[in-house]
Amino acid sequence: MLLSLAQSALPIGISGIEKRFGAVSILSDLSLDVAAGEFLTLLGPSGSGKTTLLMILAGFVRANAGSIKVGGEEIITMPPHKRNIGMVFQNYALFPHMNVFHNIAFPLKQRRVSTAETAERVERALDLVQLKGLGERRVDQLSGGQRQRVALARAIVFEPRIVLMDEPLSALDKSLREHMQIELRNLHRRLGMTTVYVTHDQREAITMSDRVAVMNAGRIEQIDQPEVLYARPKTKFVAGFIGESSFIPVECRNGGVWHEGNKLRMKDAMPSSGRHVMVVRPEKLRLIASEQTGDINALPATVGDVIYQGDSFVCYATLKDGRQVILRDYCRSDVLARLPAPGEPITLGIDAQDVVLVADQ
Amino acid sequence: MSIGSVSLDHVGRPDRALNADKLSADARREARGLFALLSPGLLLVFAVIIVPIGWLFWLSLFDESDQLSAANYARFFEQASYIKTFVTTFKVAFAVTGACVLFGYPLAYMLSQLPRRAAGVCLIFVILPFWTSVLVRTYAWLVILQRKGLVNTWLMDIGVIGQPLPLANNFAGVVIGMTHIMLPFLVLPLYASMKTIDVDCLRAGMNLGASPAATFRQIFFPLSLPGLASGVVIVFVLCLGFFVTPALMGGGKVIMWAMRMEQTTSLYSNWGAGAALGVVLLAVTLALLGLFRWLLGARATGVWSQR
Repeated sequence: MLLSLAQSALPIGISGIEKRFGAVSILSDLSLDVAAGEFLTLLGPSGSGKTTLLMILAGFVRANAGSIKVGGEEIITMPPHKRNIGMVFQNYALFPHMNVFHNIAFPLKQRRVSTAETAERVERALDLVQLKGLGERRVDQLSGGQRQRVALARAIVFEPRIVLMDEPLSALDKSLREHMQIELRNLHRRLGMTTVYVTHDQREAITMSDRVAVMNAGRIEQIDQPEVLYARPKTKFVAGFIGESSFIPVECRNGGVWHEGNKLRMKDAMPSSGRHVMVVRPEKLRLIASEQTGDINALPATVGDVIYQGDSFVCYATLKDGRQVILRDYCRSDVLARLPAPGEPITLGIDAQDVVLVADQ
Repeated sequence: MSIGSVSLDHVGRPDRALNADKLSADARREARGLFALLSPGLLLVFAVIIVPIGWLFWLSLFDESDQLSAANYARFFEQASYIKTFVTTFKVAFAVTGACVLFGYPLAYMLSQLPRRAAGVCLIFVILPFWTSVLVRTYAWLVILQRKGLVNTWLMDIGVIGQPLPLANNFAGVVIGMTHIMLPFLVLPLYASMKTIDVDCLRAGMNLGASPAATFRQIFFPLSLPGLASGVVIVFVLCLGFFVTPALMGGGKVIMWAMRMEQTTSLYSNWGAGAALGVVLLAVTLALLGLFRWLLGARATGVWSQR
């Protein structure tokens, strides 16, 4: 069957990848397994090595060491045109001298697919990305979103074993980007190809992926499902990069974790040693009465500034030790009725199960 | 209600629209001001381009006895030597353009693939000949190519040839000398257009299954064609009116259009005939430019069929 990749989706095994440009190390001993049919996102700031890893996967950049296995077959020295990997480029890289049809037919032509079958498969791919009837258009007559779809159709029309995407939505405006995120996600569900997606947009990564690998300075900091990554970051970098966080220093002694002389109630296991900080997400904080009750930790604070944002408000508060934390809540009428005023002393509460500690590097 | 009807009144009668007269007067004043700024340039163009060409055209309409006649143009069809010159000019222009493409394309390709700094150094070597007089370079070629020149001496010394090769004072000499002079005019626009080809397009080609050679043939080459075409046009048009090199390297055997003009005016003092040659050369050149433009325009806006 055409354009059904579920059976042919293959796992990728990346191990021990090293890449240096001169004396600068870009990737160091990087290993990563992608399951067959998985949507995995490489997330990281610019310079973290995520695009370099993608280029090594596609074969455009030669690694200094390491192994890439696709379905058990080593491809690290295979030239790009033999890898059979589809790729969507950041700027789409559509061929400006060909129309939409010939752009999408290009990979089929290289594979010597018959004219009749090419026409049929291109038609089907156009249908899949909702561009039916635009085959004769020139590339420069297309909008950004349409180019994006052509690039996508071209990358999947030859039923590749793996699809790579290098920040494919970064050139689109916000609403179109959010729309395409859902569309890409659905397309992946329908076709089931193993997908490696690169982005620096954490929200995009969380929205689309089965798993997210957070990269920093050439290493993978943490690789997990989006929910786990957000709720249980393992390092300060991950906590800071994904979502908003305030970091509150805590002390680990006498078999307990202490903040400002109060023992923290928490569900996670206690860290054994070392300096740690508590990761506080703005939406995990709420205003409570001053007494500490049940499984809630109370943090006395003073209100600095309250900013109204329409659907929600943000309250900047200063703890006793001078650290600033952020509280965010939706503008329901009961919340708005007791909105704190600047300078007012308040008590912030955080549930024991929301207490997350990470090592303070 | 009354406010609404008043504002509708304004929409209905533009003459009463707010400040409409002042605004259109302002627009006219601005247009006049800009035209005044433009006028020195327009005057110069008129004085040094329009007037001389008009004069040339006027001159070409008079025969040797200053009588108004079409004799100067009729000569093109009557005299075999005119037709021969015409054919020679195009033969040389085609040969030189072909040789420039043959040498220039790989050179421009290499420059476009080099790292920025290395490309900068190599570009200096491409441009360097521009800073030397055409006359000096042509004489240098004579020294190299003549019967007892460097090339023939060396080749005979190492025993490759027994007789000197006829490299100068003939068609081959003209083509060699002119190719050297024309090469930068092809390489520079071609290099510029190759630099604009997106590396990701080539990567995409390979990613989609095209071998490096196939990617070059199907992606890089077609995308470099606009630059190649403009280089070819420049070289071809410059060749049509070239004088120094064919005059020196041709040994009097290769008579091109511009040399014919020189003979007509300085040897025979027939300004009318010389002017007619100039007018025809101008017309042919413009026609060629129009043809190229038409082809290029179709290429730039149309979609190439892959079949």
